[in-house]
Amino acid sequence: MSDTSKFKLSEAKPDLSPKRLQKRYRAEARFRLYGITAIVFAIGVLGILLGSIISSGTSAFIQTEIALDINFDANIVDPEGTRTKESFLEGNYRKLWRDSLFTLFPEVKGRKQKRALSKLISRGADLTLREKVLNDPSIIGTTKRIWVKSSADIDSLNKGKISRSTIESDRRVKNHQIAWFDKLIDENRERLAFNSSLFTAGDSREPEQAGIGGAVVGSFLTLIVTLLLSFPIGVMAAVYLESFAPKNRWTDIIEVNINNLAAVPSIVFGLLGLAVFLNFFGMPRSAPIVGGTVLALMTLPTVIIAGRAALKAVPPSIQEAALAMGASRLQAVSHHVLPLAMPGILTGTIIGMARALGETAPLLMIGMVAFIVDIPRGLSDPSTVLPVQIYLWADAPERAFVEKTSAAIMVLLLFLILMNLAAVILRKKFEKRW
Amino acid sequence: MYLKTMSFLAAILFVAITAAEARDQIRIVGSSTVFPFSTSVAEQFGKVSKFKTPIVESTGSGGGMKLFCAGVGQKHPDITNSSRRIKKSEFNKCNKNGVGITEVKIGFDGIVLGNSKAGPDLNFSLKHVFQALAAKVPVDGKLIDNPYKMWSDIDPSLPKIKIEILGPPPTSGTRDAFVEIAMEGGAKKFPSLKALKKSNKKQFKAIAHTIREDGVFIEAGENDNLIVQKLLANPKALGIFGFSFLDQNADKIKGASIKGVSPEFEKIAEGQYPISRSLYFYVKQQHLGVIPGIKEFVKEFTKEGTWGIDGYLVDKGLIPLPSDVRKATMKAARGMDTLSM
Repeated sequence: MSDTSKFKLSEAKPDLSPKRLQKRYRAEARFRLYGITAIVFAIGVLGILLGSIISSGTSAFIQTEIALDINFDANIVDPEGTRTKESFLEGNYRKLWRDSLFTLFPEVKGRKQKRALSKLISRGADLTLREKVLNDPSIIGTTKRIWVKSSADIDSLNKGKISRSTIESDRRVKNHQIAWFDKLIDENRERLAFNSSLFTAGDSREPEQAGIGGAVVGSFLTLIVTLLLSFPIGVMAAVYLESFAPKNRWTDIIEVNINNLAAVPSIVFGLLGLAVFLNFFGMPRSAPIVGGTVLALMTLPTVIIAGRAALKAVPPSIQEAALAMGASRLQAVSHHVLPLAMPGILTGTIIGMARALGETAPLLMIGMVAFIVDIPRGLSDPSTVLPVQIYLWADAPERAFVEKTSAAIMVLLLFLILMNLAAVILRKKFEKRW
Repeated sequence: MYLKTMSFLAAILFVAITAAEARDQIRIVGSSTVFPFSTSVAEQFGKVSKFKTPIVESTGSGGGMKLFCAGVGQKHPDITNSSRRIKKSEFNKCNKNGVGITEVKIGFDGIVLGNSKAGPDLNFSLKHVFQALAAKVPVDGKLIDNPYKMWSDIDPSLPKIKIEILGPPPTSGTRDAFVEIAMEGGAKKFPSLKALKKSNKKQFKAIAHTIREDGVFIEAGENDNLIVQKLLANPKALGIFGFSFLDQNADKIKGASIKGVSPEFEKIAEGQYPISRSLYFYVKQQHLGVIPGIKEFVKEFTKEGTWGIDGYLVDKGLIPLPSDVRKATMKAARGMDTLSM
């Protein structure tokens, strides 16, 4: 284009023709459309993710149960005849339910057949029966109808996750087992009940017995440690840096480092935990105290950055007014500035905690990625956390763990949503606008 | 000031845990392949014995050995699982740190080349497997970059579909075993490579163990469930995974036969199916009597009802040892025989 035409363009009057106006309107409409498309796409992807998790996970909240008429024979339940807890613990509860099952199917003979029949019932039935006896020893000698869990394979069959139409050799539940189970259904000995042990039990190798109870307690203990360490240290660091520290090169370096730390991959903190807390201090492996400390290091930068931002947002006039009235620096900060900044600090802390709740990588190095059956009772008990439990179940070969994995993800998401909601509410309710 | 009390509490917390108490719980580390079996036994052991349920960590065979051989004492694990035999270098390291070892072989695990039920039935020889997967293959007497894109390029009897294989990354024990058994086995079928093995073992290994990186082999992560799902989505692809995953998903996927032998429980147990490996665990002798329950745990593991033909580990996908070997191993394990190499 020549110079003259450029000159002309700059001299041109605003083009107010309807044609140009329309073009501008169209451009705006297009831009809105792009925005809406982006949002619809994001919501759609989230919907697919949640939909697939929920559709495969909801069935984990119910569990097939089978009613058996159990004869609590004193000789079997109480082999020592002392009616004490020690003696009850020695009882052969497996024999109880197996005998009951075999009387229902008198036609089943031979070791192999009996073994196949026993596979209808969960191996955890022993514990269900033992619990009944321990809770109420008076049932010894009576015959009671008890609901026990079915095995995971039967449960999958009942929920339609194992199809009856596949050819027998490829199906984990064989034809005669289906026939036995159908007979139980006909006799009203089958029900789908709420699976409460999913929330109360610890991990197990048998899908029908596995629960997230241990992992939830572990997560709770770990987060308590994280909060107790990262919140006070983070707030004090933020207050010092914001209100007391001189502005010089050293504080600049510290600030850069804190910002850098917030972006360090979390596995690095795990390596640090292994080297310092386990190898140097000799702290126990797989313990929430160590996990919490490592996660506290990880969340500290988040808390400090959020804290400083919240302190900065309080108008300087407040502090100046306090100082003018004769308050010391510490009084001005702790009586006036900090309380006003607290909602912002808490929001940052909760978001940091939510991130800590979802971490697995740093915990791998300190031995929290482990199979742990017992529910932890203290900060130095071996334990695992919710995301680790999800990771372990996702890796398990047993098919029934697929629904458990999704159910555990749903619980984790619920906790995360609750924490983020708390952050939003805190902000909405207490945050002051200046 | 609550800030002060909070930090004070945190300080107390810190001091409290450094006073570590004596451990009364067995700690197990090691292979993720043995993990399902080890955890099953641990859970059962926790239920039937008076001891606490052992803690089982899934660290991989190599990682487990490293922790296990690091030394004797409370903070070191008592048992490590392994999906391969202990290496001489690891054994030496253990010895250097004063760790005496008892070796227990627990059974076999088959490695399966599988595809979706919707895909074709396949029958390979180990030579085919090597030709499909190796980075360099001999063609007309010369070693060249793998030219094969279709199975039918390797052997006209194989189906005319693209070679596409999903498998575990190099950190996985399954991959180690697959490379060692299937690929080396296939490589040895070439006279030129067989001669090379005799003259230059290192170079032979480099050829036999290197998997091609031109997109035909796809690393699909350590999670075998993921590989199974990807196979369902793509019926033309093949996957490399453990037998227990085929066992659990037999309604959706099938295993390719190797030399005419299909990957079935009996055939792996009898040693007919060629790609199978032994699984082990190793016990630290110095911890016997120090950490309670180790002997009893080994006893539980080596019961007929646990690892025998009808044992509960078989339900989990373990392929048991032949019964005479099982008896001998049980005796050696319960007697805590020392391993020497």
